[in-house]
Amino acid sequence: MGKIRTPYLLLLPGFGFLFTFFILPIVNLAQTSTQTPVGGGDTGQYEQTFRFQNYIDAFVENKEQFGRSFIYAIIATVLALMISYPLAYAIAFKSGKYKNFLLVLVVAPFFTSFLLRTVAWKQILGEEGFVVPTLRNLGIISQSTTLTSTSFAVVMGMTYNFLPFMTLPLYASIDRIDPRTLEASGDLYANAFTTFRKVTLPLSMPGVVAGTLLTFIPAAGDYVNAAILGSPNTKMIGNVIESRYFKIVDYPTAAALSFTLMAAILILVTIYIRKAGTEELV
Amino acid sequence: MSKKLADPSIPKIPAGAKFQRWFGRNLIRVYMVVAFTYLFIPVAYTFAFSFNDSGKSNLIWKGFTFRNWQNPCGAPEVCSALGNSIKIGFLATIFSTILGTMIAFAIGRHKFKGRSTSNLLIFLPMATPEIVLGASLLSLFLVFKINPGFWPTVIAHVMFCISFVVVTVKARIASLDPRLEQAAMDLYANEFETFRRVTLPLVAPGIAGAALLAFSLSFDDFIITNFNSGTVITFPKFVYTAAARGIPAQANVIGSGMFFLALAIVIAGQFVNRRKAR
Repeated sequence: MGKIRTPYLLLLPGFGFLFTFFILPIVNLAQTSTQTPVGGGDTGQYEQTFRFQNYIDAFVENKEQFGRSFIYAIIATVLALMISYPLAYAIAFKSGKYKNFLLVLVVAPFFTSFLLRTVAWKQILGEEGFVVPTLRNLGIISQSTTLTSTSFAVVMGMTYNFLPFMTLPLYASIDRIDPRTLEASGDLYANAFTTFRKVTLPLSMPGVVAGTLLTFIPAAGDYVNAAILGSPNTKMIGNVIESRYFKIVDYPTAAALSFTLMAAILILVTIYIRKAGTEELV
Repeated sequence: MSKKLADPSIPKIPAGAKFQRWFGRNLIRVYMVVAFTYLFIPVAYTFAFSFNDSGKSNLIWKGFTFRNWQNPCGAPEVCSALGNSIKIGFLATIFSTILGTMIAFAIGRHKFKGRSTSNLLIFLPMATPEIVLGASLLSLFLVFKINPGFWPTVIAHVMFCISFVVVTVKARIASLDPRLEQAAMDLYANEFETFRRVTLPLVAPGIAGAALLAFSLSFDDFIITNFNSGTVITFPKFVYTAAARGIPAQANVIGSGMFFLALAIVIAGQFVNRRKAR
């Protein structure tokens, strides 16, 4: 067995698999996206006509849901970052011998099924839960205000569900910071805020970038939170793709939407990685 | 009192500053309590409502009972859905762990042409939203007239788990001390023996971690599964369809059971690691 060939032999089965079930489907999706219905054919029958207008139609028809997906995903990512950063910082620097225990606690809620937790939020925030009546009695929200079926509930659900994807990479990169660099900063008369801004934050940037990406990408394509916690007015692009596929059997539009979503995410992510200046993510 | 405070030899700490200091010292603790409460609210809710004497729809608290725990398969379809999820998760874990570990060794241990392309190919599935992965795979299956179902779901799960396995195992390989393998070679172990008796045991915890990750990703997946499983009902799919009319308390029992089982595995794993470290 030649030494030069070893890595290729190791890669072959896995990459063969990924090629067949990841690359090929994406290529096929691109093909589907420009098809049109067969004249006089059944529902679900399409032929290739290279109709690129599909993309424009699909986008124009669903630009609201597109906008919503990105706005919700960005808000959820920022919220998750704001919640996770202090948490990851505290676990890395302030938890002493409880470090491992606290890390387990961060991941533990995610051992209960994702769907069950989302349904739980729906019931906690719902009319029969204890939150809404309490807030109403305290006069914080009006009698007619509901929490479920709102964009608030959808964004909150997304923030919650993707939190570990944010906390774990943040923790990993904050934990790697040598505490002596923080001491040195203090010795050089930097106050706590300056130390954070000039030392801690730059050193933890790889974690911030990885965490925001791991949160933003699934959030932008998510439709479960919007389906369970939202209403028809909070539909995201994922909901549209799902219903185009299963309810309307409109494969070309679903494919065009999927492709647009993927392209938009890839462009955003590339710009973001460039700006953040960490290209060694992989 | 006021005389004492006025005494210039004793530094005076104003009450505001005192509180500020306490707050500053304990802020992080207060914050952690709040954050962990937020994290655990739905888990606590799910657990509590697994004891609800609810009948069919588990929406309102109707009284405490152990009945759901005594008979977790009491509601129709719950256990067959759980069984499907476990079967799919198990198969997906085996295949993705084997394929992913091989890739991880190739990338982590060899310099070869196309290494950065390989890294990209591993990164891409993780950077693609699940809905695109699910929809594109389904359209491929449709082209080849393969009906969605059990095996298409397994294939889909293997596909998205591979990358996570590669990343996890690669990290472990990168953290290995190369001198250990050199030492084995110096002691006349051949390449295969070095791999079997030194490298593999050292990487094994990483592989085990990757397998656990793959299983939990597969078990909890909904979006990709929904696209490729056809009439096969998995546990998340069961919860999703039941959500509209209120899920049965037995689903809460299974969710809580999974929670405690996973917690036990993680704690046991940490315990084993600590003993090994000694």
